Amino acid sequence: MRHLKAVNEKAHRIEATQNDVVALQGGGSPLQPTGPHIPLGCTFVFAPGWETDSTGGTAGLCQPVERDLFDCHITCFWPAHVPDLYNYAPDWTGKCAAAQSDWRKIDLIFP
Amino acid sequence: MLRKGEYHAFTADGAGYLYLVPSAAVFRLNETSNAVLEALAEGDAEPNALANGLSTRFPLADVRDAVEDLLNAHAIKVVDLPRPLAVPAPGAPKARKRIPLTTLVLNVTSKCNLACTYCYEYGEDKIVEASTKPRFMDEATARQSVDFMFAEAGESKKVHLTFFGGETLMNFKVLKSSLAYAKARAAELGKDVEPSLTTNATLLREEIIDWIVANDVGVTVSMDGDKEKQDRFRVFNDGQGSYDMMLPNVKMLIERHKTKPVGARVTLTKQNLDVMSIYNHLRNDIGFWEVGFAPVTTSWQRDYAIQDDGFHLMLTQFQQLAGEWLEHTLAGKHHGFTNVRSTLQEIHKGMSKAYPCGAGLGLMGVATDGDVALCHRFAGSDTHKLGTVFDGVDHAHQDAFFDAHHIDAKTDCAKCWARPICAGGCYHEAHTRYGSTEQPNLHYCDWIRTWTDTCLQVYGTLAERNPELLQRYLA
Repeated sequence: MRHLKAVNEKAHRIEATQNDVVALQGGGSPLQPTGPHIPLGCTFVFAPGWETDSTGGTAGLCQPVERDLFDCHITCFWPAHVPDLYNYAPDWTGKCAAAQSDWRKIDLIFP
Repeated sequence: MLRKGEYHAFTADGAGYLYLVPSAAVFRLNETSNAVLEALAEGDAEPNALANGLSTRFPLADVRDAVEDLLNAHAIKVVDLPRPLAVPAPGAPKARKRIPLTTLVLNVTSKCNLACTYCYEYGEDKIVEASTKPRFMDEATARQSVDFMFAEAGESKKVHLTFFGGETLMNFKVLKSSLAYAKARAAELGKDVEPSLTTNATLLREEIIDWIVANDVGVTVSMDGDKEKQDRFRVFNDGQGSYDMMLPNVKMLIERHKTKPVGARVTLTKQNLDVMSIYNHLRNDIGFWEVGFAPVTTSWQRDYAIQDDGFHLMLTQFQQLAGEWLEHTLAGKHHGFTNVRSTLQEIHKGMSKAYPCGAGLGLMGVATDGDVALCHRFAGSDTHKLGTVFDGVDHAHQDAFFDAHHIDAKTDCAKCWARPICAGGCYHEAHTRYGSTEQPNLHYCDWIRTWTDTCLQVYGTLAERNPELLQRYLA
C-alpha cells in the first residue's frame, strides 16, 4: 500500500493479507467482490397493509398475518418463524397447494 | 459507484489518520488518499469521475492506486455491482471455540470492615443479599476453585489468581492456604500463577506485607484521594473516615514491595471529581506507581451519581492527564495514569470486541460458596451464575448468555464508530443502571467516543514522533 501506512498491529495484518499472493489469487480484485452481502427478499418490498392496519392492530389487515409466515418460508430462509421443512415438518405445507386460497391450512407446529 | 466506508478520521500532530470500523485498524493517510476520502465524504462517486475531479491535484494513476488501497483496507466500498440472486444455503452451525480461563477472581469474603456509602456490594444498588451466602469462603472451596481454574485454563501456561471481597484481607488465612496450594499445583502442571489482590488497606499489617512480598502479589488499593476526599464515602460503620488508618499501611507496603507496582483505584462520584488533585496526591504525595479512575457504578437517581456536567468535567481532566502521559512517555519517563495506557494498548493491538470485556469467558468470579459468576461484581447472584467450582461451567447457559450479549444484538451500537473498543460497556454498570446486562450503557456514549478520540490522537502523536515507543510501551 503506497497511500496508506499501516500503524497498529491490526493494520499490519490487513496489509500482510493484501500482499499474500495466495490470498490474492483466491480473492480477485476488490472492485469485483464475490457473493451478496446484502439481504435479499421481502425486506426490499414495500407492501403496505399487512404489517398493521390503520388502527395499529392486526384485525383489519388487507392480507392475513399468515401470509407473512408463508412468504417467509418460500422466498426467504427465515428459520425463526417457520418450521424446518426438510427435517422435522416435511408435510407442513402439504395441504396448501395455492397459498392465495389455501393459506388457512398451514397450521402451527408443536415440537 | 464508490462510497465512504465506516471509519473515524482523526488528526495527530498535523497528519491525517483513520480508525477503521469494525476492523479497528489504524492507518496513516497521505495527501492522495486523504483527498479521495474528502471527495467521497461529499457523496458517492463513479471511480472515473472521482479520478478526473482530483486530476488537477494528483496524477490519475496515483488516485487509482489510492482508491485501490482504500478498498483493500475497507475504508471505502463499491456499492452498485450486479449481485448473484442465489441465496446461499445456511451452513451447519459452527462448533464453539472455548476460550480458556486466564483470570479467576475469588471473592474470599463478602464481609467488609468499611461501610462505603456508594458500594455496589452493600449499598442501595446491591444485587446479592449477603445474608443468603456464607460470609467467608472456606479452605475446601478455595482449593476446589484453584482446581477449577487449572481445569478451565486448558492449554494456557499462565493463569491469574485474583483475591477480592468484601475486604479481601478479612480472610487472610484462606488467601495464604489457597495461594500456596495454587503454586504447588502450578508447579506440578508446569504452569505459572500470577497472584493479585484488591484491598482497602485498613487491615494491612507487617505479617501480611511479608506474605505479599514473598509471594510477589500484585496489589491494588481502593482509595479516593486525600483525607477529605477519602473520608467522605470510605467510612467505617460508625461514620469515621478510613484515611488515617490506611495511610501508614499503604506507605509501608509501597516502601517494602518493590517487585510489583502498587496501584490505586479511585471511585469518582459527583462529590469527588477533582481528578488532577487526586492523581497528584496518590502518585506524588503517597507514591503509588499507577492510578486508575472509574466513575461510581450506580443507578442515576443516587446522590453520588455523576451527572452530565460531571462527565464533562471528568473528561477534560482525563484529557489533561493523557497529555501529561504523552509528554512523559515521549521523554522516556513513567507516568502513572492507567486509564490512558490500557486504552492505548487496545488501540495498538487493533482489538475489535464482540463483548465489552472478558467476563464469563477469560475471566470469572467465584462467590464464597463456590458459585461461579460472570465476574467478581456478580459473584453470588443466582441470576448471573455460570456454574460452580464443584460441577464446572454450565456451557449451555454460558452460550445462551453470549448469544444474547453479542455486539450485533445491541442495535444502539450498530452505527457507533467506537464499538470495537466499547462494545456497549460494562454488564454490571448496565444491570445497575437499566436493570439488564443486555443493555448498552447509553448514558456515557458521548463520553466514550470523545475519550477514545483523545486516545487515538495520543496514539497517532506517538506514531508520528517516535513509533518505536508504540512497540516498547504498548505491545
